[in-house]
Amino acid sequence: MNEFIFFFNKVIISGATLGSVYALGAVGVTLIFGILRFAHFAHGDLMTMGAFISFMLVGVFQSLGIQTPLPTGFVVLPFAMAITAGISLGIDKGFYEPLRAKGVKTVTLLIASIGVTLMLQGLIRLFAGTATRSFFENETKDLFRFKIPIEGIKRSINISEPQILVIVTTVITVLILHFFLTRSRIGKGMRAMADNPSLAQVSGINTASVVRATWIIAGSLAAMAGTMLALDVILKPDLAFNIVLPIFAAAVVGGLGHSYGAIAGGFLIGFAETMSVFNWSIMFRGFDNLPDWFPNDLSLVPTEYKLTVAFIILVVVLLVRPQGIFKGASS
Amino acid sequence: MIRRDAILFAGLGVLILALATWLKVPTTIQLLVTASAYALIALGLNVQWGYAGLFNFGVMGFLMVGGASTTFISYPLNDAFWSSDGPFMLFKALLAAIAGGALIWGVTRIPKKGKYSKLRGFLLVIAWAVAYVVYRSQIDPAARLIEAEADFVGGLGLPAIFGWIFGGIMAGIVAYIIGKICLGLRTDYLAIATIGVSEIIRALIKNMDWLTRGTLTVSPIPWPSPLPADVTASGITNPDTAILLARSGFLAITVLFIGVIFFFLQRAYEGPWGRMMRAIRDNHVAAGAIGKNVTKRELEIFVLGAILMGIGGAILTSYVQILDPSGYQPINHTFIVWVMIIVGGAGNNYGALFGGIFIYIVWTISEPASVILFSFISDMSDGVGIGAIPDIESRALQMRVFVLGMVITFALRFAPQGIIPERVRTTER
Repeated sequence: MNEFIFFFNKVIISGATLGSVYALGAVGVTLIFGILRFAHFAHGDLMTMGAFISFMLVGVFQSLGIQTPLPTGFVVLPFAMAITAGISLGIDKGFYEPLRAKGVKTVTLLIASIGVTLMLQGLIRLFAGTATRSFFENETKDLFRFKIPIEGIKRSINISEPQILVIVTTVITVLILHFFLTRSRIGKGMRAMADNPSLAQVSGINTASVVRATWIIAGSLAAMAGTMLALDVILKPDLAFNIVLPIFAAAVVGGLGHSYGAIAGGFLIGFAETMSVFNWSIMFRGFDNLPDWFPNDLSLVPTEYKLTVAFIILVVVLLVRPQGIFKGASS
Repeated sequence: MIRRDAILFAGLGVLILALATWLKVPTTIQLLVTASAYALIALGLNVQWGYAGLFNFGVMGFLMVGGASTTFISYPLNDAFWSSDGPFMLFKALLAAIAGGALIWGVTRIPKKGKYSKLRGFLLVIAWAVAYVVYRSQIDPAARLIEAEADFVGGLGLPAIFGWIFGGIMAGIVAYIIGKICLGLRTDYLAIATIGVSEIIRALIKNMDWLTRGTLTVSPIPWPSPLPADVTASGITNPDTAILLARSGFLAITVLFIGVIFFFLQRAYEGPWGRMMRAIRDNHVAAGAIGKNVTKRELEIFVLGAILMGIGGAILTSYVQILDPSGYQPINHTFIVWVMIIVGGAGNNYGALFGGIFIYIVWTISEPASVILFSFISDMSDGVGIGAIPDIESRALQMRVFVLGMVITFALRFAPQGIIPERVRTTER
């Protein structure tokens, strides 16, 4: 049983945390792809931007002397989400809308998003420097240990406060998103436009406001994912640039343009990463009479190749089933 | 049009001369060597994107392959490795890899349609898993042994020029494999897939310590031309002159390489092959309908572009004399090349050449220029009592990335065809 708890801590909890962050990011990517038909590469830096905005707000809160029971980084999240949503609307107005108005190919928008990535990265490093920071410089990161009331179990289930917050918030966000997309007028408009843009336009859907709503949702989810990731790990300028590819992998695996697929893809990639670097031979430690030749290390890939797992899944999915698990929009 | 291009290139020459007076001549030559290596890489990307419309965002991977290959060829022999069991164990690992490959190949021979078609997918997964386990069982002990006894495999001690050519060949081979797998994908999907592949290549080169020494880095990698120390040894005692001569020698070889490659590329582009490629790019369905083998031609051009990138990557590594896998970043090695051909003009070799050199200069001088700008603002803000800007030097370095992003977004908006755009020559009737 001890081994199972070790497995639970190492694979299930960290996989769910990672998966939640991927899912939040991938929903944004997939919505933008569905509505505007281009792969938005600047999404990772939007996440980093959101995390840094949260960090600044935490500084403001702490200088005002506001004490909160939850981590301050989590409390400021709504404000950071609003600001990041504003920024992403501004980016669209400034960079993508003029190009769309000229009627360029979507490929050009993709290249423009690379330009935006570079600018955001430059700005973040220009103002915040290249140092790593932590949200928990002035507060403690709580770690909860749950004892299992069964005899002979020494290990406890360990989960940190940010991890609980990430998982819970993601579940709530996904539910809200679901109701937004299925019940609200603009959400239905978004789905219609993802399905068939010209049909949506002729049936009287205000495409401009759909595009705005897309950016607001994508921006605020990016801020949420970025802040959560920074709370769980650490805040650094290349925080999300390194995970933008797993996020794309998640979106593609779920089917680009398909929101529920992106969520499923996010968790799939998250669990695949933690499971493939997990040393499976630990699971057999409980048996006393193992043969001598039994290997000590049964992990599928060495830990340093963790990120490549996402790419391998991505490439395999692109080859075998390019439309993703759920059928997504094709480019 | 020719006159306009000539004026632009003359302007670039004036810019370089101005730099030479500002940054001193040896620094300018150093900049030109790197810029010309990037120009070669930009030509490679221009072949892929400008000629054929292939969306390759994995430039960094090919540069790394080129760099690692030239290191392997030109680095001196490592006797500790050759006298150990390492070569034999690596040979066994190679046999295991070949056996695994043969197994997978054998399974793919099962026809997709027929009574075994359902079994095929299942067997393919099993074959891949078996091949992976067999290969790992051979390579892991070999890697451990080499790392323990000989540090890493070392090189072959051959001249650096062979290393460059080998870098191109290796990049071509890697591109062939990637192209076989990925080229069925279009636009955004191909971009995401190639980025993913380049990250896999980076992870491999970074972590295969037995082959590339990983993050411990390999240095010094020899130059194809005499090093400054060699020039000094031959009797020129003034260190500045020695550095100048040595760097000029390197630059001359690089320029020669580019000159030859450019000549043939231009010939190919103006010939029927180039027209066919543009036809495939503009409408691959129509090109297929008139009997062009689209998949094969695209694979061909993907490999050709990758060879140029591999040579460029080899030149870069060779020049800085160090193979540092952690120094490779998508910004410095993939996105900058894209900025080069978008700004220069995709589909025109002169544009790629111009963009390569021009953008590299912009990238380099935006740092000292930002220092000047920031110092000026800092003095002003200090004067009005807001306070000076802290850490100007380290902040200015980050401006390079910002300037790069700004240049590409402005180029897309106001000059989407690039500075020297593609010209389609039509014969008059």
